[in-house]
Amino acid sequence: MTMTEILNHPLTQIVLGMVLILAFVGVNGLILVWMERKVVGFIQRRPGPYEVGPQGILQSLVDGVKLIAKQLVTPRGADRFLFWLGPMLSVTPVVVCFLPIPFSPALTTMDVNLGLLLILAFSGINVLALCAAGWGSNNKYALIGAARAVSQSVAYEIPLLLSVLCIAFQTGSLSLSAIAADQSRGLLSWNLWVQPLAFVIFFISATAETNRAPFDLPEAESELTAGFHTEYSGMGFGLFFLAEYTYMIVVCSVATVLFLGAYDGPFLPGPWWFVLKVYALILALMWFRWTFPRVRFDQLLNLCWKWLIPLGLVNLLATALVLKLVE
Amino acid sequence: MPGLAKTVKGLWSLLVGLGVTGVEFFRPQLTVHYPRKEVDNLATYRGHIDLVAREDDPLTPRCIVCRKCVAACPSGCIDIESRLVGAAPSGDARELSLAPGLVVSGTRAAPPPREKIRREVAAFRLNYNLCSLCGLCVQTCPVQSLAFSREAYLCGSSRSDFEFELLERLRRRAAAGRQQAA
Repeated sequence: MTMTEILNHPLTQIVLGMVLILAFVGVNGLILVWMERKVVGFIQRRPGPYEVGPQGILQSLVDGVKLIAKQLVTPRGADRFLFWLGPMLSVTPVVVCFLPIPFSPALTTMDVNLGLLLILAFSGINVLALCAAGWGSNNKYALIGAARAVSQSVAYEIPLLLSVLCIAFQTGSLSLSAIAADQSRGLLSWNLWVQPLAFVIFFISATAETNRAPFDLPEAESELTAGFHTEYSGMGFGLFFLAEYTYMIVVCSVATVLFLGAYDGPFLPGPWWFVLKVYALILALMWFRWTFPRVRFDQLLNLCWKWLIPLGLVNLLATALVLKLVE
Repeated sequence: MPGLAKTVKGLWSLLVGLGVTGVEFFRPQLTVHYPRKEVDNLATYRGHIDLVAREDDPLTPRCIVCRKCVAACPSGCIDIESRLVGAAPSGDARELSLAPGLVVSGTRAAPPPREKIRREVAAFRLNYNLCSLCGLCVQTCPVQSLAFSREAYLCGSSRSDFEFELLERLRRRAAAGRQQAA
């Protein structure tokens, strides 16, 4: 095999893509933690991290080093296997979630024609990870946190799917590349204008799926110490933390592809537009977190079952009807 | 439909909240980066107490050693040593001996001296480790000889760092002030 053949081989591309994705995930984790702390600082009129590196940019790197250097402690009575399965299971599927995301037509690791399904399926594993962590910790707070995580994720997966389905109906494809290509004809071709309700439902459900405030009940530090990761220290906690921020990128990337025209934009090359949109959405998520107080659990489920699911269903039916009529 | 109106109102309140935090995000920060900058609003700051000097003599405190502050202090962190000044430098004028041999009937004891006997501070020790900054000593001082210092950035590594000799501090301050004037 010549060098070009090796480079063009799909396996090489996937391995290369995975390495790049891991690097992207790691660097983004550091940047997002720093960004989150900066945002909360600015909202509370203080500078946030400031001392380590210019504007404190190296703070999260130093924190990461601290977490890695810490001893791994398994609490007494914990289920060793489940306890350590949790953090690993929560980070690993993330890499797969990035495979079908089209950063640009050329910069897609693997153009799967069921990309949307792949992401939804693999991001569902995170719930299992939280459940394993909470169950294996031998700690009542962790267990309650895990129970909350499961019921919350199960509930919010439905409106999420309903809103995603609208786009799938409209484009006639589950491939993210196809959905992105469908919106690459300028600002007005973005799905956001056609499906604003689906976007709102998707974004709310995504906030709940990533366990972000105001829906951070599985963690709920004021009620459950730290929820499912109460017993974790060092890199066990670090992996959960990394996974949380990476899932933020995943859901915001999916939102960008589905509603905001993916890599579509003037002047700059596509990938820059993509990252810019993703970061704008993440900024909105952070803005939500530091504005809204945590909802009560019944409020959380009421919002889902009484509002988002009916609205999502109506939206889906209306989409189907309009599509049928247009045909 | 009161339910719908309530929902719309609720959604609107979410936007209002986002507006509030959004505006705060862009307003200037209030943090003063300490080692590089210091705050300048210490006029009302309550540091540990300090002695106030007399107007005519910056080396002498206004204190008259009435010890009201010692009595008022709930934590017992003030300790004053004094010495007598004035008419009887050696202090024997006050030595009223009631030994029966001295006071013979029909005679009189020597009258007390005309000049007032004045006390002055020999040492004014403050154990700041115990102080709760209640300010009763400052409030109770009849001659306003005590005031709060403005030392907001006081720090030390041992207990003895917070045991102060206030008279010494006063003199050091006076010397520093004179140096500055010169």
